[in-house]
Amino acid sequence: MGFLLQLQESLKIALQSIFAHKLRSALTTLGIIIGIVSVTLMNMTIEGLGEAFRSSISAIGADVLYIQKWPWFAGEDWWKYRNRREIKISYAKDIKERSTYAVAVAPTVFSRSTLRLGSNSMENVIVIGTTDEFIYTAGVSVEFGRFMSEVEVKAERPVCVIGAEIAEKLFGNVNPIGRDLKIAGRTFRVVGVLEKQGKFLGLESLDDRVYIPIGQFMRMFPWRTGATITVKIKNMDEIEEAIEELRGIMRTLRRLKPWQEDDFSVNRQELLLNAYNQTVGVIGAVGLGITVLSLIVGGIGVMNIMFVSVKERTREIGIRKAVGATQRAILMQFLVEAIMISLLGGVIGLIFAVILGFVVDQILPTSLPLWVALLSIFISITVGVISGIIPAYKASKLDPVESLRYE
Amino acid sequence: MPLIKLENIVKIYDLGAEKVHALRGINLEIEKGEYVAIMGPSGSGKSTLMNIIGCLDTPTSGRYFLNGVNVSELSDNELARIRNKEIGFVFQMFNLLPRADALHNVELPLIYAGVPGDLRKKLAREALEQVGLGDRLHHKPNELSGGQRQRVAIARALVNKPSIILADEPTGNLDTKTGNEILALFDELHSRGNTIILVTHEPDVARHAHRIIRIRDGMIESDEKVVDRIIAQKG
Repeated sequence: MGFLLQLQESLKIALQSIFAHKLRSALTTLGIIIGIVSVTLMNMTIEGLGEAFRSSISAIGADVLYIQKWPWFAGEDWWKYRNRREIKISYAKDIKERSTYAVAVAPTVFSRSTLRLGSNSMENVIVIGTTDEFIYTAGVSVEFGRFMSEVEVKAERPVCVIGAEIAEKLFGNVNPIGRDLKIAGRTFRVVGVLEKQGKFLGLESLDDRVYIPIGQFMRMFPWRTGATITVKIKNMDEIEEAIEELRGIMRTLRRLKPWQEDDFSVNRQELLLNAYNQTVGVIGAVGLGITVLSLIVGGIGVMNIMFVSVKERTREIGIRKAVGATQRAILMQFLVEAIMISLLGGVIGLIFAVILGFVVDQILPTSLPLWVALLSIFISITVGVISGIIPAYKASKLDPVESLRYE
Repeated sequence: MPLIKLENIVKIYDLGAEKVHALRGINLEIEKGEYVAIMGPSGSGKSTLMNIIGCLDTPTSGRYFLNGVNVSELSDNELARIRNKEIGFVFQMFNLLPRADALHNVELPLIYAGVPGDLRKKLAREALEQVGLGDRLHHKPNELSGGQRQRVAIARALVNKPSIILADEPTGNLDTKTGNEILALFDELHSRGNTIILVTHEPDVARHAHRIIRIRDGMIESDEKVVDRIIAQKG
């Protein structure tokens, strides 16, 4: 009972004191605010990346290899890759014939175009030309209807499979299967709708895409020559061997001399994993650095202001002690005040972080689970305790007689 | 059993270069219900004596029994509890919390005693009514006159129903008329059975008490009953 009463009194005094010195309190919390903003944003980004990564990684199967002109994280050598020859669609057939590890091989080429259905239209939709084997390499399932068949691909039939978002936006409640839509002015019949996949790495939607037989695509967009060959392998354990075999096949197809470097890249999920870990590592290191630095500065600020507060209120401490406040009560009073200042900074920082999160969302995906918010609050309380304990202890040990005499 | 029993109380302040003997062996008994004035010039040690009686300070040597309890050997926290329960202070400078209203100032000892909200407010209000400030509950100290502030301080001293009310120059910052009102209030509190110890250097103030103890150079110079008591007139 006594403890709760004293806590209540301490909270009351702390609020009074903070509001009596608004500017001082605001300036004091600045360091804490910056620290909490940085720790919160860091966690929000790491968490957001993690979520996006986990949901996207399945879109790139661990057992799928991507033969492309560009490596996925080219880094500084981009000019080296620029002059490489394009990957031809015809390689897909050769790889399928020669590879012992590949179970499915699908070439893909893409372009952007406009979709039209009656008066409805969607601009800038990604149109992907591929084959029936794409359904095995893409790691995606069909929600309604079916994927395009081998026959349709060979005969270059005007059929298409649409993403979930297109079905929703163009057709609404109408069942799209068997209906026609126009891609770049040509009529295609919808044979299937893919399941919803979400955004790749939280940024690019995978659901506003439309898939058509590759022969159709080549007739519509003959200038789009660069392909990606997606290869699903038999067994995850043989991925290294499969890569070696694919490199051999590709080198033969490209007629490379033994001394020449590969002029293509075999990409795999692991690269994404590495890039993810690297990104998270950098964000973590930078964020942690800023956080620790600003929290130390902020904590010293709070400690300093608490020393001032104790000094200013020496007489008040004397009065309280005279009427029966124990050392613990005085300790608690000043500790609560330090925690309140720090917590104030923490809450303001959290609000700023959420607002800044919308900005960061343009570059990196962010997410704010409860634990991130709670951790930030916990950190600000901890800073308050650490920076308040010495001033509060000093206050609790003041001699009542001298404190009462203090002017 | 006397309420207060001091046995050979000595207080030495160690100022590094020199040692100051503030009290040089005080022996004193005060019974419950007495109204005692402690007098002495400045530097006589009367403030030190008051601090020790008020449990704000501990003697260098000697024993102090309050209600039969040897308080000269208690820890700081135990002394805080004794101050909370047994002693009500009234200071020359009022010593109210400037940002708190009259009611909250009076509630303060009850907060540290752990009295819950409703009862606490009720007791604080009653104490303020007792000193005639029932209509000033929510005034801050700077909205009150000097005399009213001292009444708030007295209400605060009373609210825990302490064994002793210890007043240190309670009229020192007040004009004569207001001072007399405060002294009249002390008379009234005394007549209701409170034990009052008044520390002062003014003979006219001291003569409101029933017994005057004079301190000089850290020793009791005289200890006598007041024969020509002044009965303060209520304002």
